[in-house]
Amino acid sequence: MNDIVEGLLHALRLIVTLDGDLVEITLRSLRVTLTATAIASLIALPLGALLAVRRFRFRRATIAILNALMGLPPVVVGLIVYILFSRSGPFGVLGLLFTPTAMIIAQVIIIVPLITSIAHQALRDIWAEYHDLLISLGASGRQRVATLIWDGRRSLITAGLAGFGRGIGEVGAIMVVGGNIDHVTRVLTTAIALETGRGDFALALGLGFVLIGLAVSVNLIIHSLSGTEVGSRW
Amino acid sequence: MRRLFSVLILVWVTGGAAAWAEEMRLAVTTSFQNSGLSAVLLPAIKADTGIDVRLIVVGTGQALRLGRAGDVDAVLVHSRKAEEDFVAGGFAPYRREIMYNDFVIVGPKADPAGIGDADTIGTALARLAEAAASFVSRGDDSGTHKRELTLWTGAGIDPEAVAMRYLSVGAGMGTALNIAAGAGAYILTDRGSWLNFANKADLRVLFAGAPELVNQYAYLPVSAERFTNLNAGAAMRLEEWLTSPQAKMLINGYSIDGEQLFRWGSAAADDPS
Repeated sequence: MNDIVEGLLHALRLIVTLDGDLVEITLRSLRVTLTATAIASLIALPLGALLAVRRFRFRRATIAILNALMGLPPVVVGLIVYILFSRSGPFGVLGLLFTPTAMIIAQVIIIVPLITSIAHQALRDIWAEYHDLLISLGASGRQRVATLIWDGRRSLITAGLAGFGRGIGEVGAIMVVGGNIDHVTRVLTTAIALETGRGDFALALGLGFVLIGLAVSVNLIIHSLSGTEVGSRW
Repeated sequence: MRRLFSVLILVWVTGGAAAWAEEMRLAVTTSFQNSGLSAVLLPAIKADTGIDVRLIVVGTGQALRLGRAGDVDAVLVHSRKAEEDFVAGGFAPYRREIMYNDFVIVGPKADPAGIGDADTIGTALARLAEAAASFVSRGDDSGTHKRELTLWTGAGIDPEAVAMRYLSVGAGMGTALNIAAGAGAYILTDRGSWLNFANKADLRVLFAGAPELVNQYAYLPVSAERFTNLNAGAAMRLEEWLTSPQAKMLINGYSIDGEQLFRWGSAAADDPS
C-alpha cells in the first residue's frame, strides 16, 4: 500500500520537474502508438465499412476471425514481426529490427483487428438504417462506404481510441521487436517492465501513473476536438 | 505548406533521430544492466571511442539466439558451454573473457533449510532439497539458469523430485528476485544483480564463495564473415576498449555499499588453481 503512495509521489515529482528521460520516453510512446493507430485506422475503418456494406462468400468467417484476433497475444505478434524483420528473415535487408518503425508495424498488426471489429459493429447498425435510402439514390460502393464512415464518425473515434488504448499499454510485442534500447526504443511500458525487474516499484508505479494520465489526456483531447458529448445534445 | 507537412510527418515517423555517432548493437545478459554496470560503462565507451552502444537486454539464451540470426554486432554473456557452442557453430570467431564475479544463494533471513553454515555447495543444495522450503528457478535458459541446473546435476539432485518446492518462473533476474522476495524462497543470483536489487525484503545472502560459483562474462563479436552487414569495426574497437586499462579501472571501481560487484579479467587466469 505504501508503495502505491510512493509511486504517486514519484509520478508527481517526475512530472513537476519535467524529468528529461521521462519526457523522452513519453513522447516516444505517443509517437509509436499514435502513428500505429493512424495507420491501423486507415486500414481498419474502410475495411470495417466494407464488411458492413458488401456481401461476399466468406464474410461471416472473416468477421469471426477478426473478432477472434482482437485477443491476439502481443508477444506472439512481436515474435512473428521479429522473425520477419530479423537479418536472417525475409525483410532483414530493411534493417528495421530494434527501431521504432518495427514497433509501429507490430502495433498496427495488433490493433487492426480490434478497430475493424468495433467499426464493423457500429457501421452495421447505421447501414441497416441507410440501406434503402442509399440503394434508391443509386450510390456507388465507394459513396456508400464514405457516407457510412462520415455519419458513423463518433463511433469510429471510439474504435480508434480503443485501438490506441490497446497499443499504448502494450509491452509484449514492442519488447521483442524494439529491444527496450535506452534513447532509441524505450517507451513507458518497457521502462515500467525494466524498473519492476530492478525492484524499484516506486519508480515503476510512478511511470505507470504517467501512462494512465497520458491515456486519459489523449482521450480527453480527441473527444473535445471532435465535439462529442456536448451539453446540449443527448 | 504541403512540403512542410510532409517534412513534419517524416520527422515524426523517423523520430528525427539524427544519428551522427557510430552505433553498434550489443546483446547483453540482464545482470549487466540490472547490476547498474552498463550505466557506468556506456558513457565512458561513448567518450573514449565515439561508439553509441545500443543494449538489447535479454537472457544469455536469447542473446546468443540474436547473434545466431545476425541481429546484433556482438554479445556479452556468461555461460561458457553455450558460448563455446556458439563459437564452434561459426557464429563468432572466438570468445574473450572480460570480467567475472560470483553467484550467491539468497534466501529468507531465518534460513529454514540451514544452508548458511554448509561448507560446500553440494551440502548446501542437499540441505535445501530435503527442507520444507521453496526455490525459485529462472527457468529461462539464461546463463544463471544454466548454472543452476549444472549445480543441481553436480550435486546429484533432481530438484523437481525432492521435498523442496521448485518454482520455475521463466523470467529475468529482477522478476525472479521479486518472486523469491514475495514467496520467501531461496534463489541463485549473480552478486551484481543482488546488490543493485531494491526490493530485498526478507532475503539475505546465505551461501557464497564456493569455486563452483564463479561467474565469468565473455565478449563474443558476431562473425563478420557470416553476416556482411554487421558493424565489425565497432565491435572490434569495443572489445579493445573492454580489455583496456580504462575498462579495468571502471569495472574494478564499481561498487555498491562499499562492495565491489565485478572483477575485470579472467577468473581462470587470476586463480589458476
